[in-house]
Amino acid sequence: MEHHSNIVPWHFLRERQGAVLRWVDVRDDGSLDIEALDAAINARTKLVAVTHMSNVLGTITPLKEIVARAHAKGVPVLADGCQGAVHEPVDVQALDIDFYAITGHKLYGPTGIGALYAKRAHLKAMRPFNGGGEMIREVMKDRITYADPPARFEAGTPPIIETVGLATALDYLTALDRKAVAAHEHDLLAYAREQVGQFNWLRVIGDAPGKGAILSFEAGGMHAHDLATILDREGVAVRAGHHCAQVLMERFGVTSTSRASFALYNTRADVDALIAGLSKARGILT
Amino acid sequence: MTDSALRELYQEVILDHSRHPRHYGALEGASHKAEGYNPLCGDRVTVYLKLGADNRVADIKFEGKGCAISQASASMMTDMLKGRTAAEADRLMKGFLHLVKGEDASDLPEDDRERLEVMGGISAFPMRVKCATLAWHTYKNAIEDGRNAVEGGAT
Repeated sequence: MEHHSNIVPWHFLRERQGAVLRWVDVRDDGSLDIEALDAAINARTKLVAVTHMSNVLGTITPLKEIVARAHAKGVPVLADGCQGAVHEPVDVQALDIDFYAITGHKLYGPTGIGALYAKRAHLKAMRPFNGGGEMIREVMKDRITYADPPARFEAGTPPIIETVGLATALDYLTALDRKAVAAHEHDLLAYAREQVGQFNWLRVIGDAPGKGAILSFEAGGMHAHDLATILDREGVAVRAGHHCAQVLMERFGVTSTSRASFALYNTRADVDALIAGLSKARGILT
Repeated sequence: MTDSALRELYQEVILDHSRHPRHYGALEGASHKAEGYNPLCGDRVTVYLKLGADNRVADIKFEGKGCAISQASASMMTDMLKGRTAAEADRLMKGFLHLVKGEDASDLPEDDRERLEVMGGISAFPMRVKCATLAWHTYKNAIEDGRNAVEGGAT
């Protein structure tokens, strides 16, 4: 159920180093088939990479259990937290996770910046991947030594404006009552889920228990892009397309879906506007 | 923007073409073929054509999957291009591209412009212009580079 961002780097490794990609499937309700994880890990497995929260299905993966199962076989785990970190507080130490990635623009912050958490032992073991200022300790004719992590991985002039912006966004988010935000988002999801139930031509994709506040759906006879254009005119912004998750689209036999994402600034009136817009689109397009 | 822009975009002619596409399917004996794909939205279209000895589009068909705009545009295109010379088709395409981008399309012959104008509403939706142009770009690829793509086609 991965976003391409958690597939593309592994294809790079497949093409360049001959890495073998093994997949753990998604159940029909959109939950991760955790029972298939053990079989997917073998003696040559180097890393388990998984999303914390699917950007299409809203599914929250059981990270703690994934980490426990992978660690039992000596395999580190990387989580794509681009969605997960937005919708729930993340304690990387409690999860015992090895790597956790976030992106600024999903956290109400600036574009072009993100962060990668890694356990210190991994950071120390990893070689630099970019050269530039700040990442070196000493450069001589016959030798080079590198700065300690994390500076080792932060070559060149940093994106200062973006960094300050991301810090401000995180300050804003962490000062909120995250439980109240989550409750608000889940109320909107439950309300929207109930409301779309009246449309027998609409198929929700992803109904995993405990999922995050994302509603992806396919609407009979209406292509997602046509639907999105009409909803946009009604003041409702949905994302239409394959959501950079083509492997997942294939799993559910669709080429695209429409996705409503609920965040702290949304209201039940927004859900009502979505429902009215869906009816209107149906009237125009079918 | 008002709802009239939306009505203009999804007017009956366009919806009719998307629901009942003309010249749909593979073309047997095609001399040229090309596949178009928009990786951003997943729209696909395959254009087949048979180019006559006089450099006329003797026949043209398409297959595809995608939004109403992309499918309607492909359907209308096949209607418009059948029987045209390659040079005429080229002129039509240029005019069409002007039209959907809201640019001056007055160099199109009047009757062609009138027929294509139903797609003009797209110019108010810049995000959707690529949907309308996919079939035309695919046609262009077919006629320029698509001879080898057809089984048994001359090289």
